[in-house]
Amino acid sequence: MAIFSVYVVNKAGGLIYQLDHCAPRADTEKTFSFPLDLVLRPHDERVVVAFGQRDGIRVGHAVLAINGAEVNGRLTADGQDVLQFLGNPANYPVSIRFGRHRLSSNEKLMLASMFHSLFAIGSQLSPEVGSSGIEMLETDTFKLHCFQTLTGTAAAAAPGAPEPGLADASVLAAPGIKFMVLADPRQAGIDALLRKIYEIYSDFALKNPFYSLEMPIRCELFDQNLKLALEVAEKAGPFGPGS
Amino acid sequence: MSRPPGRKQENHKISRELFVLTYGALVAQLCKDYEKDEDVNTCLDRMGYGIGIRLIDDFLARSAVKKCRSYSETADMIAQVAFKMYLGVTPSVSCSSAAGNEFSLILDKNPLVDFVEELPAERASLCYCNLLCGVIRGALEMVHLAAEVTFLQDRLKGDAVTEIGITFLRKAEDRKHKRNK
Repeated sequence: MAIFSVYVVNKAGGLIYQLDHCAPRADTEKTFSFPLDLVLRPHDERVVVAFGQRDGIRVGHAVLAINGAEVNGRLTADGQDVLQFLGNPANYPVSIRFGRHRLSSNEKLMLASMFHSLFAIGSQLSPEVGSSGIEMLETDTFKLHCFQTLTGTAAAAAPGAPEPGLADASVLAAPGIKFMVLADPRQAGIDALLRKIYEIYSDFALKNPFYSLEMPIRCELFDQNLKLALEVAEKAGPFGPGS
Repeated sequence: MSRPPGRKQENHKISRELFVLTYGALVAQLCKDYEKDEDVNTCLDRMGYGIGIRLIDDFLARSAVKKCRSYSETADMIAQVAFKMYLGVTPSVSCSSAAGNEFSLILDKNPLVDFVEELPAERASLCYCNLLCGVIRGALEMVHLAAEVTFLQDRLKGDAVTEIGITFLRKAEDRKHKRNK
């Protein structure tokens, strides 16, 4: 049972906080002799496995380290091209570590903004009025839970209503802060965890007089308390926290 | 007043008198800094606004209330839940306009003025608790309800009760909607 990561997205869609609590899968390190029976190919800035899945090394895994030294994109630690290095029989036997590529902070920013947009589209597509947006996204390896607060800086003018009810500000015009938690599919109690994260945010981020709204959260107390809350939620396991 | 990590959430009781004294010291210092009462009132309102935009998230996180569907529900929520949670008093709500967007909260007990008997003669138009108006205005703005909040009556100025008036502002017709029609 694990909680993989926490993301906090501000009202404009920018990522203001991110925590990787634990990695979903361990890396695999193996020693190989020439010739390499995996097919590697370059992809973006890294070298990934294209074919030859075996022993925990899956297609799509990236080369993370060679002989213990972390690779730098497509170059080894000492500057050689990885594919050239692995094509040279003189370098064998070689120990290569494969694993899922860790997202860079820029990629995380982009993905958070994309999710923000999808969330907005989701609430608009909803057949029900006043949808709360995407609350959960489930895959076979993880579940993404999202909670959006009711607050948000006043956006475009809401239409005037003849009756003394509230003008129906659609979610699009009124986004709040989003708290997203990626966790193991069997992990329970994430709803309570999201509420707890909201409380921790309102305590240690908002009440900090030197924290400006909508800016990246750099509060030590927020970090500490968030990690504690995650540990409590994880210990509770698949049955959720006790009443 | 940071809590050590791991401590269960509990109502951190500090001396109420310390809080009232702190507020009093704040107003007194502002009176020294500004000559005109309007400036002091504006300053208090601005400070309250800064508190309100942050306090609203704390309120929503702790009270877990659902979205209010009407102005009167909002006014009731402010009086019965928010005031109770933060100041320990429950003002009574009354709707004072036919249009249904003006409400007044009547406070018979106001903890902030525990030690104040009356305003000094040269500060006759000072709104002592104007911070509260700013807090309510800031909090409402963060949930997309523009409102004007003022003191309609003030015990410190000789009125019978302390009354806060909340007027929800209705926005002008959205141009986009006009085009759709």
